[in-house]
Amino acid sequence: MSDEFDDLKRAMDAATPEPDAARKTENLRLAKENYARTQGSQDAARLKFERGIWTRAADGVTNMLNAMTTKGGLTATTALVAVGLFMVIPQGRDLLVPQDPGLVDLVPGPVIILDENGRVIEERIVGPTLGNEGIVGGLDKGVASKTDGNRAVDTMRGSGEVQLGQGAQLGDEIDSSVVGSSEVRRQAETQFRDDRDGAAPADLALRERSESDDGFLESTINAEEPMQEGEVASEEFAANVPQSLSRANKSADRKAQVAPNISSGRLIVVPDESIIVQEADTEEFSNADTSSLKVTEDEPVSTFSIDVDTASYAVVRSSLSRGMLPPENAVRVEEMVNYFPYAYPTPDGPHPFQPTVTVMPSPWNAGTELVHIGIQGTLPAIEDRPPLNLVFLIDTSGSMQDANKLPLLKQSFRLMLAELRPEDEVSIVTYAGSAGQVLEPTKAAERSTILAALERLHAGGSTAGAAGIEQAYQVAEGMANDGEVTRVILATDGDFNVGIHDPEELKDVIAKKRESGTYLSVLGFGRGNLDDATMQALAQNGNGTASYIDTLTEARKVLVDQLTGALFPIANDVKIQVEFNPAQIAEYRLIGYETRALNREDFNNDRVDAGDIGAGHTVTAIYEVTPVGSEAVRNGPLRYQVSEETADTSDELGFFKLRYKQPGGATSILIEEPIIAGQGEASGDVRFSVAMAGFGELLRGGDFLGGWTWGDAIQLANGARGDDAYGYRAEAVTLMRLAESLSK
Amino acid sequence: MRVIPIVMRMEVADEVLAGAAAGGDAEAFSVLIARHYDRVFGLAFRLTGRRAEAEDLTQDICAALPAKIAAFRGDARFSTWLYRVVVNASHDRRRRAASHSRAAEGWGDVELARRAEASEAAEALDWLQGAMKCLPDELRDTLALVLDDGVTHAAAAQVLGVSEGTVSWRMSEIKKRLRALKDDER
Repeated sequence: MSDEFDDLKRAMDAATPEPDAARKTENLRLAKENYARTQGSQDAARLKFERGIWTRAADGVTNMLNAMTTKGGLTATTALVAVGLFMVIPQGRDLLVPQDPGLVDLVPGPVIILDENGRVIEERIVGPTLGNEGIVGGLDKGVASKTDGNRAVDTMRGSGEVQLGQGAQLGDEIDSSVVGSSEVRRQAETQFRDDRDGAAPADLALRERSESDDGFLESTINAEEPMQEGEVASEEFAANVPQSLSRANKSADRKAQVAPNISSGRLIVVPDESIIVQEADTEEFSNADTSSLKVTEDEPVSTFSIDVDTASYAVVRSSLSRGMLPPENAVRVEEMVNYFPYAYPTPDGPHPFQPTVTVMPSPWNAGTELVHIGIQGTLPAIEDRPPLNLVFLIDTSGSMQDANKLPLLKQSFRLMLAELRPEDEVSIVTYAGSAGQVLEPTKAAERSTILAALERLHAGGSTAGAAGIEQAYQVAEGMANDGEVTRVILATDGDFNVGIHDPEELKDVIAKKRESGTYLSVLGFGRGNLDDATMQALAQNGNGTASYIDTLTEARKVLVDQLTGALFPIANDVKIQVEFNPAQIAEYRLIGYETRALNREDFNNDRVDAGDIGAGHTVTAIYEVTPVGSEAVRNGPLRYQVSEETADTSDELGFFKLRYKQPGGATSILIEEPIIAGQGEASGDVRFSVAMAGFGELLRGGDFLGGWTWGDAIQLANGARGDDAYGYRAEAVTLMRLAESLSK
Repeated sequence: MRVIPIVMRMEVADEVLAGAAAGGDAEAFSVLIARHYDRVFGLAFRLTGRRAEAEDLTQDICAALPAKIAAFRGDARFSTWLYRVVVNASHDRRRRAASHSRAAEGWGDVELARRAEASEAAEALDWLQGAMKCLPDELRDTLALVLDDGVTHAAAAQVLGVSEGTVSWRMSEIKKRLRALKDDER
């Protein structure tokens, strides 16, 4: 009778997934922390780690471990963990990191439990006889080598190289006390010394002082393995580590004199997060079909809103660095182009920005030309900038727990804080998970208060985050004064459960607040749940930018290098309209801006919203045009339509018009100029932006590029790198190479 | 502080550990929660029908349990008590997300289908998904509990705060609906 029920049970058993191991470790840690907090017990002291360079260094190492997936890499990381622990607890030959403490059988000996960050949660001696045990506590600081956070990791990803950052010096005193038959006092010192020549001998010194019933013991380990400019290939590294290990073992042997009863143990390493295949489950990207080729006679006018978002490039980078070509819809060509700072001619007229039009031959199709429009925003004197009011609306839903989400957000936030003026104000509101205002509006001068509030942010929790966005706006309005710039910054991994559920209503609210002068920017974190489409929609409605932060380097670019531009609009609702001259141009095609297309009549309608330019921003738009009579014309003449002779025989290719509003203004201002054949000069900046546009189009399938290849893109980009002070362009070329290999 | 070693802890009954945890023994708490994590996750998945939701729900529980454990009085089996926490948390979550489309879809989501590789398995999944979707919340909750091998009707009744008779009635109702669903397909 209950066949169906049995069927259902079977189906359910088959469908039920295993819990994600990384999340499990993290959740168990969270539970422990919360437990310690509720109890207010001594244990809490052990579980909390200073958010200083130590923790960041530890995070770096974790990420480094996570990033290494090759066999050699895993060996190396395994060994590295072991070495790390031996440095801390010389007597510890028995390292136990239970994947599931419920299943691990224990052997007598010292036990160290790591959390997934490689930090020591707990150190315990399980005595050979019951009753001889005790707790070794007071590990105040994690031990790790200092790497430059995620940056090193990012570079490493895919390349299999380990970068041990600049000379890191670790000196960490660990006090431990053993409750039990003996008292051990140890001091572990590790030093990585960096030699300026690059041949850096890693001086690994470990001193151990042990006072116990048996007396005083001191041992020293020196591992002098030269490290090439701090860069070690994983195999090489793996080869070096066992040596250090064997030395560490010597120490352990000596330790056996102290605790002769402690016998053989085992080593279990925390599962590597990166080998768990993540489902790219619920990502949504906003995009439209590639703009089609337009026949000038039929449709002479092209209208679009400018776009200064950069999220797409970061998403593409994140995909490529993980060894995958990005989904075609994740590629918005204009964002790939606009990601890079360009130095177009600076404005000298009455307008806050200056359009520069360049006409050059197209690199991909013989017989076509490119009309390149570069807009350079003015950079007002930074000293004169008005005070900023920033309200951070932070998603603390459970999924934000991953290392590349909330922890990265905290790091990014810290970077940004350093850029703020003492008189700027910051407030933090959270939603989903723990709710409400966690930081009252606070002057940036009170750094410690802000940092403390940031520290208290935890993903998870069970309180409803109702009306998060409304609260954020309410706080923002409370902070706003005349002449100040107020902005809500929404940070999320895609959970937009901010209190308003209907996406349209959410957009309306944001648009309404925009009119009252409070803007909204969106920072996206993590992959898997990223709702790029909503991010775009919200930021566009909020006069803000949508950025995707995948690494600390990107955080630096968005929140430090380009903070001024991102937060201080110099012009609102910037629209571009180009009318092509059918006497000169047979066909044209706008590259990118698919999601920003406007109707022709919208251009003169000041009520239609469009993109904004921040201080110092550059915006690039590129048309591919086919001159009349060129062999590259794709649309043949029609049989039944009589082609009208165009009266205008001017040699203008077209007419460029741009409308913008002063920040807060209601009426738009018009800039216009003709486009003339051969105008302008194809500078390095122009050529690089063209290379990026081509790269973006290739990632989208490259329908219009003819036989143009990745190699051509690389060559063009390489020849136009220019100063590249921040190394962004070099990185882009690396990505092109990656894409080239991946698409083979 | 004297601590019972882990070695012993492995065999200690849930209720004893829970009592110790309620009394402030952090170690007991850790062992307890690690022991039950997978089952909590399984139940969370059956209740929500979405892996990501289940992960988040499990995390909510991990975050909230430390505060709740002090209220454990030992008048029920620990697993019963814990499941009650899970079911309540899922209700909270469901309420909170009621009008939020993504979460509300729950068992209607396509994610499950993606997990199935062979077409047979896909069929079974389709059926499971359809079946779970067509059940009203209270029946679905009951089913999610009873599908756990260790949970009797009596325990499910305790978790849900209803009488054992109600659970039995709900189960027969569920079976009736499953049968009807199967018949529909023929």
